[in-house]
Amino acid sequence: MTAHRSPLTAHESDLRARIEATNDFVVKFANVNGSGSASANELFARSILRMGVPVSPRNIFPSNIQGLPTWYEVRVSERGWLGRRGGVDLMVAMNPQTWDADLTEIEPGGYLFYDSTRPLPASKFRDDVHVLGMPLTAICNRTYADARQRQLFKNIMYLGALSVLLGIDADEIQRLFAEQYKGKEKLLDSNVRALELGREHAQQHLPPIGLHVRRADNVGDKIFVDGNVAAALGCVYGGATVCAWYPITPSSSLAEAFQKYCMKYRVDPETGRNRFAIVQAEDEIASIGMVVGAGWNGARAFTTTAGPGISLMSEFIGLAYFAEIPVTLIDVQRGGPSTGMPTRTQQSDVLACAYASHGDTKHVLLFPEDPHECFEFAAQALDLADRLQTPVFVLTDLDIGMNQRLTAPFVWDDARDYDRGKVMTAEELEAGKDFGRYKDVDGDGIPYRTYPGTHAERGAYFTRGTSRDPYARYSERGPDYVYNMERLLKKWDTAKSLVPQPHLRGTSGEARDGVIYYGSTSPAMSEAIELLGKDSLVLDTLRVRAFPFPDVVGEFIRRHERVFVVEQNRDGQLRTLLINEFGIDPARLVAILHYDGTPVTARFIAGAIGERVRRAAPTGRVAS
Amino acid sequence: MTYITKPKLHHPTLACNAIGFTRRDYEGKISTLCAGCGHDSISAAIIQACWELDIEPHRVAKLSGIGCSSKTPDYFLGQSHGFNTVHGRMPSVLTGANLANRDLLYLGVSGDGDSASIGIGQFVHAIRRGVNMVYVVENNGVYGLTKGQFSATADQGSKSKKGVVNTDSPLDLVGLAMQLGATYVARGFSGDKTQLVPLIKGAIAHKGAAFIDVISPCVAFNNHAGSTKSYEYVREHNEAVNRLDFIDVRAEITVDYAEGEIVDVTQHDGSIVRLRKLSADFNAHDRVGAMNYVHARQAKGEVVTGLLYVDPDAHDLHEHFNTTEVPINRLGVKELSPGIAALEKINAGLR
Ligand SMILES: Cc1ncc(C[n+]2csc(CCOP(=O)(O)OP(=O)(O)O)c2C)c(N)n1
Ligand code: SF4
Ligand SMILES: [Mg+2]
Repeated sequence: MTAHRSPLTAHESDLRARIEATNDFVVKFANVNGSGSASANELFARSILRMGVPVSPRNIFPSNIQGLPTWYEVRVSERGWLGRRGGVDLMVAMNPQTWDADLTEIEPGGYLFYDSTRPLPASKFRDDVHVLGMPLTAICNRTYADARQRQLFKNIMYLGALSVLLGIDADEIQRLFAEQYKGKEKLLDSNVRALELGREHAQQHLPPIGLHVRRADNVGDKIFVDGNVAAALGCVYGGATVCAWYPITPSSSLAEAFQKYCMKYRVDPETGRNRFAIVQAEDEIASIGMVVGAGWNGARAFTTTAGPGISLMSEFIGLAYFAEIPVTLIDVQRGGPSTGMPTRTQQSDVLACAYASHGDTKHVLLFPEDPHECFEFAAQALDLADRLQTPVFVLTDLDIGMNQRLTAPFVWDDARDYDRGKVMTAEELEAGKDFGRYKDVDGDGIPYRTYPGTHAERGAYFTRGTSRDPYARYSERGPDYVYNMERLLKKWDTAKSLVPQPHLRGTSGEARDGVIYYGSTSPAMSEAIELLGKDSLVLDTLRVRAFPFPDVVGEFIRRHERVFVVEQNRDGQLRTLLINEFGIDPARLVAILHYDGTPVTARFIAGAIGERVRRAAPTGRVAS
Repeated sequence: MTYITKPKLHHPTLACNAIGFTRRDYEGKISTLCAGCGHDSISAAIIQACWELDIEPHRVAKLSGIGCSSKTPDYFLGQSHGFNTVHGRMPSVLTGANLANRDLLYLGVSGDGDSASIGIGQFVHAIRRGVNMVYVVENNGVYGLTKGQFSATADQGSKSKKGVVNTDSPLDLVGLAMQLGATYVARGFSGDKTQLVPLIKGAIAHKGAAFIDVISPCVAFNNHAGSTKSYEYVREHNEAVNRLDFIDVRAEITVDYAEGEIVDVTQHDGSIVRLRKLSADFNAHDRVGAMNYVHARQAKGEVVTGLLYVDPDAHDLHEHFNTTEVPINRLGVKELSPGIAALEKINAGLR
């Protein structure tokens, strides 16, 4: 064994305060991109889940393939709080590059686990942090000849050591190995062996710590999946047949998952032919163009992208709005503007999507809070797009899209049929039914359409982005134009009752203040409400799930003296939408904004709201 | 879904095709283009070709971008669904439409500004993908609709109506199309309908990406001395490499030709494109040779027309994608949803 000595061992600092926590702590792994740590870290999270204890891991990664720092932050919370907590109780510091910054993040009394093969000077440590050194490189070099193995098994070895320190049941990890390496016995054996080596070392050389995982029963039937996979499955179940996309973080894995599931579930068993078409287009303009063409021609089509793609798609979004073509767009938002922070999360495309394209336009937006809703909203978006004959956006973000999240299982009802909207059939045309492509016959603003090729003599029309009369004939007459624009507004009103309705939670009227939030802010918000409650601050909450806002959103605002609008962007974009759509006095809506690219935390929300309530300052826009 | 076309009552003097349609049934709205605009002649050639091929008008989807040329789909095939998309982006919309329903015939109409300037990217990629379509560029060297600015196909040294000389080198769409893998490439001239109609018919019968560049003079902005896209210039410099006869699957072959002068190309649907050679050293099966030939003549200021390249055994995007024979826009929840049992398994795998 290589002789080593850490400047301060856990034993020596025993007298210092030590964080003691069971099933409620945060572990953060600091790794180097491309070192194979991701799968070991995921195993860590999953093994705790298998013990019935909820976890919420988050990848924090650079826009880079190899060599740059990445982090994996795992919050363990028996209560089931899935938002980011903030602060770190145990840092697994495997990246010398980020050592200094990683060290400062540890809470006083917390723990630092590191590779002690090379001795480090005392100045590299903190007095108030308990140090756990393990000569990982030395053990690996001694055990494995192959360079790649040395690297990969180092990760498994620290997993083994952590399982001892935290009391994670090794059998759970072994079972996960067995599932992962089914049929690859050699790989299974070598992984089990590395795990054992790590465990043995920890048992013999590492002191016990104050953080523990204890079996619980709080996971239930929940599933562990990321939002992109969930949305891709929603598209499969929702009947999308055409997907056109252009690679961009954080949305690429959605298109890739769609491809994977289509290969599995969408191949005609008899002919071996595909019931789908996926095009990796030359850019986002072409992606949306293909979706527009497919939607026009009666297929359910979607694209997935991030902010820069939305900017490029603008012209087509306006065409689809005005020519009334079903289009589904999934925008997995990242930090903007411009290339912004491509691998960080934000909710900053709200306005760009809501009013995308020139002229008077407004678009339907859906805001899923977690992977479960990503699945459901993706499927619903396809229905809504057909029903409303318009672009429908599903606005997720990197936090939901690219992190595995504990979420309610996906649901589907085999009796559920697709809503293809108002499509006039050959039989109806044959029977002489009047067809005016842009005519409001039902009073809901939604006209009938026909698919190309339906009938030999009737139902054909010329689709265009120029103004037209109700029978799709080119027209620049003022009354024709106004009729059409007013009809589009009526359709917008119709949409209010069709989109997912907001979720209200709260008191029976005694709370003076309300909170409005949406999307990935949800888990942190729920926890913040509890934190505020402990301080006797009671608030009603409303989670907006879609735009256009149903009337209850306006009523909620009017019912409260002051409403905090919690968002993950700089400018309070949803707040702007609320003010604009309801004509509300801006002073009543207080912006609570978090936009540094990290997921918002309950501590932040509770702190920001608590401070404003206590200050009892005159209401107004408060930047954070 | 498809309705059988019913025989109609027509003016007795108008000739009917095999499915009982007169040429008028293939017409559209009255053109609003300038009198004498080359684009109108192309519309007439499309009408003629579809009538002669007995195509059911409603089985055609016609798509275009923006420009005078892109307006023309409104002026032919009034019983077809049409889509006037956005500037330069017709190819992507056509691609998506084609994926949704492989059973229709896709006709893309565009201009040189639409395809070679703003839309060059989409032009390139739709051809690379081998979308089964007829892609017609009505090429006048200018932006007609915005009043005569040079487009990317304007020849270097050619003069605008206002006397400005174009200094940029031109983009050659047929050369590009051949290089990118279009499997039917032709160039026509709107002033030569006898050549153009069979070129269009051959393209319609072709399965794969068929591209036709039609030189189509803009009488309002590019038909003056000094222009290389005027009627006069093209007439003088037109070098047709072959003449085409399109022979339908059903038609009997009766004409005799001297041996060595003709080449028969049997396409996917059994129809034959009979090429009468006009240039001894040109071979429409030799892609690289054809590219060189076109470029060599172009350098001399000549406009090579005719069927430049054809691969009768081409594959299209649906074959590449292995999509179902049934158009995917007809699939319903039964074919598309994997069902609740599969979802339960998926859920179980995520625990
Ligand atoms: C995004 C966008 N930019 C500019 C225009 C204006 N515009 C309309 S048609 C046209 C050029 C059309 O040229 P071409 O395709 O050659 O058609 P032509 O009129 O010559 O037949 C332009 C620039 C537009 N419609 N959209
Ligand atoms: S401006 Fe030129 S291209 Fe446009 S209609 Fe007139 S002649 Fe034709
Ligand atoms: Mg032009």
